[in-house]
Amino acid sequence: MDMQNCRTAYGETLVELGRENERIVVLEADLSKTTMTKLFEKEFPSRFFEMGIGEQNMISTAAGLALCGKIAFANSFAVFATGRPYDQIRVSACIGRLNVKIVGSSCGLSDFGDGATHQGIEDVAIMRAIPNMTVLSPADGIETRKIVRAAANYEGPVYIRILRNDVPDVTGENHEFKIGKPTVIREGTDVTVFAHGYMIYKSLKAAETLEKEGVSLRIVNVSTLKPIDEKAIKKLTSGVKGVVTVEEHTIIGGLASAIAFILRGTAIPMEAVAIQDCFGQSALNYEQLLEHYGLTDMAVVKAVKKVLR
Amino acid sequence: MTISAKKIIELEKIAKRIRYDIVMMIGAGKPGHLGGSCSIADIVAVLYFHKMRHNPKEPKWPDRDRLLLSKGHAALAQYAALAECGYFPKKELSTLKELGTILQGHPEMLRMPGIEAYTGSLGQGLSVACGMAMAGKIDKKNYRVYCVVGDGEIAEGQIWEASMTAAFYKLDNLVAIFDKNLVQATGPIIERYDTNPHGEKWRAFGWEVMEVDGHSVKQIADVLDEADKVRGKPVIIIAHTIKGKGVRFAEGKADFHHGIMTQEQYETARRLFEE
Repeated sequence: MDMQNCRTAYGETLVELGRENERIVVLEADLSKTTMTKLFEKEFPSRFFEMGIGEQNMISTAAGLALCGKIAFANSFAVFATGRPYDQIRVSACIGRLNVKIVGSSCGLSDFGDGATHQGIEDVAIMRAIPNMTVLSPADGIETRKIVRAAANYEGPVYIRILRNDVPDVTGENHEFKIGKPTVIREGTDVTVFAHGYMIYKSLKAAETLEKEGVSLRIVNVSTLKPIDEKAIKKLTSGVKGVVTVEEHTIIGGLASAIAFILRGTAIPMEAVAIQDCFGQSALNYEQLLEHYGLTDMAVVKAVKKVLR
Repeated sequence: MTISAKKIIELEKIAKRIRYDIVMMIGAGKPGHLGGSCSIADIVAVLYFHKMRHNPKEPKWPDRDRLLLSKGHAALAQYAALAECGYFPKKELSTLKELGTILQGHPEMLRMPGIEAYTGSLGQGLSVACGMAMAGKIDKKNYRVYCVVGDGEIAEGQIWEASMTAAFYKLDNLVAIFDKNLVQATGPIIERYDTNPHGEKWRAFGWEVMEVDGHSVKQIADVLDEADKVRGKPVIIIAHTIKGKGVRFAEGKADFHHGIMTQEQYETARRLFEE
């Protein structure tokens, strides 16, 4: 599988969008070298605004730009982009359904070195809770490009979480992204696995392992975490013996919560692979940290076996 | 433009009518933001009926001047002015805070024509105004953005983040009007949480600071013209005001920040402004 960096994919797509549409403006909170908005800054300095290290003001300012016809992309790490300016996102941007696109970089545990303060593990929960907000989580570089485009074309506030590290391509160029539509990455018959972000790759690896044991997994990419297509989710679980959710996020308020709510009242067994309501910490590499918090292909295998028991 | 004596009398009448409408909207026995709305009535009158380029028939006219109340709780003054201008029928003013009304407790841009943003969670409006001013610069438009900020509100750190943005991006198309009414919800600002000194702070943050009697329509009109001439930096007009101005029993009283008028007080207040 080819590897791609989602941040680079994001930065390059912003530049393309900037060329195609003069309404695109970018706001940054001194992380442009990491979020890769520096690519946009270089090409369109007059439409790039360094806002200093002040996320609250950045979001409300983005709202003001949107109120004058701009499509405003506001950037920081996922943890700061959603946590610090929560009320600004809620009041300045979301009540009025403004064209403010909040991009949370280095999401989940992907900023492995910086520790708990910098690891955005509850961003999806916070953003899902706000009315009018759309929440997107690309699985790889290919999908990142499609999602950023879709967000720019969509009228209203959007939150996109972006992974920090190079990840394998799992979605394919022909895969069509549509806001709200979950997509099947791999067909299977025994258990449906719902995942998003890098956890799609982990789930695919689990599927390979389990295939050898005669267990067939259907892997579904839920890259739109809100609005979530209840009908499609239910349809993708009909006929299987169990459901597993996999997310690089706390177990509260993310994918597990969303799927469990949709499947309420059914007797289908369900397990969740997620961060167990605790903060992260520093590690020397990403995989080591994922393993420590139980976000591995083997954890998915275990969860699948549990629902099949 | 020098303001004529006739215009001054007209604006004073409008400010009086705005205060009358504020009292009528709140009514007796119900809480309402009387104090902070009355303190900005003269400012709002001068902006909508003298200074700003706007068109009630085309609220979204892209070249209009914009007024945002960062201290969104003073919305009643803006509602009264917008109705007076003809943005919506005056009879709607009697529906304040009723379920489904366009007159929400705090201003809502999707519900009421003429309202520019969602404000009221304090500290955010000045940043929104910065964004509008920045868009004006990108698009090379000459509209101006006016934003009313409260002296209690500036305890919010975001105000100072926005003040740095306005100075850094040289937003000379942005004018903040500082409603220095000296009183916050729980008492006098100097006792409760002193945000002074004001002029020195804004100057240090890179703003051109002007001062004015916030109840003199002539002074307000003149200082707004002065503000037009400043280039390369934002302007803040410190307007010295009285909370509850005009409603004598409420003047300077924290209890009427969001107070309840008795039937008797309501009748008294109405009579004060009846022409």
